[in-house]
Amino acid sequence: MNETWIILGATSSMARAMARRLADDGKGLILAARDMKDVQATAADCAARGAALAEAVAFDARDPKSFEAIIDRAAREDGMVSCAVFVGSMPDQADISADPSLVDGTVMDSFTGPARFLERLAPLMEERGGGTVVGVGSVAGDRGRVGNYVYGAAKAGFHTYMSGLRNRLTRAGAHAVTVKPGFVDTAMTWGLEGMFLVASPDDVARDILRGVEKKKNVVYTPFFWRYIMRIIKSVPEPIFKKLSI
Amino acid sequence: MPTKTETLTGWGRALTATSEIARPERIAHVRADAPAMGMRRSYGDAPLNDGGVITDMSRLDRILGFDETTGILEVEAGMRLGELAAIFAPRGWLPSVMPGTGFATVGGAIAMDVHGKNHHGLGSFGQHVLEITLKQGETTKRVKPNSALFKATVGGLGQTGVILSAKLQMLACKGDVMMVTERRMDGWDEFLAALDASTATYTVGWIDATAKGDNLGRGILEEGETGAGLVPKPSKSKKIPFNAPHWALSKPIVKLFNAAYYRRVPDMGRTSVKPIEEFFFPLDKIHDWNKLYGKRGFHQFQCVVPIAQAPALRDMLQLIASSGLASPLAVLKRMGPGRSGYLSFPMEGYTLAVDFPNRAAAVKLIERLEDMTQAADGRLYLAKDALATGAQIKKMYPDHAKWLKEVQKADPDGHLETDMTRRLKLRSA
Repeated sequence: MNETWIILGATSSMARAMARRLADDGKGLILAARDMKDVQATAADCAARGAALAEAVAFDARDPKSFEAIIDRAAREDGMVSCAVFVGSMPDQADISADPSLVDGTVMDSFTGPARFLERLAPLMEERGGGTVVGVGSVAGDRGRVGNYVYGAAKAGFHTYMSGLRNRLTRAGAHAVTVKPGFVDTAMTWGLEGMFLVASPDDVARDILRGVEKKKNVVYTPFFWRYIMRIIKSVPEPIFKKLSI
Repeated sequence: MPTKTETLTGWGRALTATSEIARPERIAHVRADAPAMGMRRSYGDAPLNDGGVITDMSRLDRILGFDETTGILEVEAGMRLGELAAIFAPRGWLPSVMPGTGFATVGGAIAMDVHGKNHHGLGSFGQHVLEITLKQGETTKRVKPNSALFKATVGGLGQTGVILSAKLQMLACKGDVMMVTERRMDGWDEFLAALDASTATYTVGWIDATAKGDNLGRGILEEGETGAGLVPKPSKSKKIPFNAPHWALSKPIVKLFNAAYYRRVPDMGRTSVKPIEEFFFPLDKIHDWNKLYGKRGFHQFQCVVPIAQAPALRDMLQLIASSGLASPLAVLKRMGPGRSGYLSFPMEGYTLAVDFPNRAAAVKLIERLEDMTQAADGRLYLAKDALATGAQIKKMYPDHAKWLKEVQKADPDGHLETDMTRRLKLRSA
C-alpha cells in the first residue's frame, strides 16, 4: 500500500540512511530540515533511487509555525502517513553549565519540538488507521550522567512521550517505535573521545526499519546496548552518583 | 566543524600520515582550506597530508539528478563508482569508465583521471565528465570541459579546489551481467598480439610476473561485454581480519599460486557469465586485501610506454620475473590515446602494473623500473606512485607547467598541498 514518510531532521546521517532505504522500497518521502540546500540534495538522491515522492520542506524544531505545512503536505498523499524523528541537539554539558539558557534549546530540539509536531500529526494517523512513528531517542536518556545530563533529560522526556503516544496510537491501529541508539558514527560524535562499539548510520537505519516491520516497541541499536543499559540502570543510586561513566 | 586526529595510509599502506580529519555531512560544511580525500584507494601519498588537515568526502555521496533518456548523471564527489554501477546497471546505464575497484569515488576518479578495461575504446574518466562543481575558497565554480581549469582539475591531484560534485555522461549497457571470455596466453609476443587484435569492449590481461624463460609474459586475457540475463547474486564479501605474516606472499607461494591460477582456465579458453561487479572489481570481494602484504604494506609499480617501446616493457618484465619479488597481482593492458587533463596518465601504448611487498630489494627494483620507464619515453601513474622523484615525474608530464599555472591561480597559498605534491615538488617548476 502507498505509504508516505515524513522525516524530521533529514540532514542527519541516520535519517539520510533510512530515507535511502525507504526510497529503494519505493515509499514516498517528505524530507524536513533547516538546511534547505542540503535536504534538497537528499531529496534528489531519494528520487533517483526510486522514491514515489521525494520533497524537501523547511522544518525547525524551535519554530512550531513550520509544522502545519508539512502535515498538510503529507495529508494530500493517499494511504498511510508515517513519521521518523531524528531531530535533537547535544551541546557540550560544560557549555550548558556556563550558559544555562542552552537548556531550553536542547529540550526544544530533542523533546518539546518533536512532541508538538507529533501531537498535530497524531489525529491524521488515527483518521487513516495506520502508519508508524519512529522516535529516535538515545541511551543517554536511560539514566542521567554527569557528562550529558541535560541532553539525557530531554531524551528521557521524549522516551516517556513516545511511550504515551504508542499507547494512544495503538488504539487506532497505528504504532510508535522508540529507538535508542548507542554510539553512532555521525557528525555529532565525530572526533569525540571515549567512543567504542560505534555503529554506522546505515546499520542503525536497518535496525530501525526491522523494528518498524516487526512492530517493536523499543529498539536498542546496536542490540547489545539493551544489555549495557540494563546494567547501567541497575547500579544503585548511592554507588552510581560516585561514578563517572 | 570538529576534526578527528588519526594516522592514515594510502591503499599500499607503506606511507603513513597523521592528520586532523574533517568529515562533512553537508555541502555547507566542506572546508576549502584543506585537501580532500575519498576512499583512499590511491596507493601512495596522493591522499595524505601529514601534520595538516584533510577532508574526508565519503559522506557526501548523493545522486543530485539523473536523466533516464540521456544518461546524464549529477553526483556528489564522495559517491563510489561501484555503487553507481549497482544502482544503474539494472536500469541500463554504467559509469562510462570504471577502474579496478568500485570503492573509488567520483571525486578521486576525476582527480586521478582514472582509466578502466575499456580505455582503448572510450578513453579516460575525465572524457565523460561534463561539468565539475569546484569549491575554491569561498566561491563555488562550475567548470566546463576544454577550459584550462578543467584540464588542471582532471588528473590534477585535487590541487585546484575541492571537487563537490560532477555531471557525468553514463554509458548505455545491455544489462547487469557480463559475458566474459578467458584465454590462456602462452608468452609475451602472443599476449601483445592478442591485445592488439582484441575487438572486445572491455579487455584486461593478468600476467604471471614470476614466469621466466619461454614462459615469460604468460597469462590470461579476459575480454568482456555487458549483457542481460540472470546470474546468481555475488557471494558476500570477505574481510581480512589481521595483517598476514611476511611469508604469505613469498616467492615459492606466489609461484605456486600463479601456476595454479594460470591453469584454472582450460587450454582452449572458456566463456562464462558473471555478475558485473565480479568482472570490474574482482578484488573488492575481499575487504582490506591490502592487509595480505603484512604491516609493512606494499608498492604498486604502474607504467605506460608507447607502442614502439614494447621491447622495453618486455625487458622490465624480465627484470621483475628474475627478481622473484612480484606478487600475484600483475596486469597488462593496451591503452588508447584518451586522456583529458594536463597530468593525466594515459598514452597510447601498453601499461604494466605489478605489486611488490614493501622491502628494500623491491624498492630498489622499482627505482630501476622507473628509470627504464623514463628511458622508454613512458610515464608513471601518480595514483600508484610512492617512490618516484619530482625530476622524473616532471619529465614524464610535459604539461606540468600548464597545470602549475592554473594551480597557482586556484590555490596561491598552497592550502591544498598533499604529501605527494610536497614529495614530488609538483607545486614548483
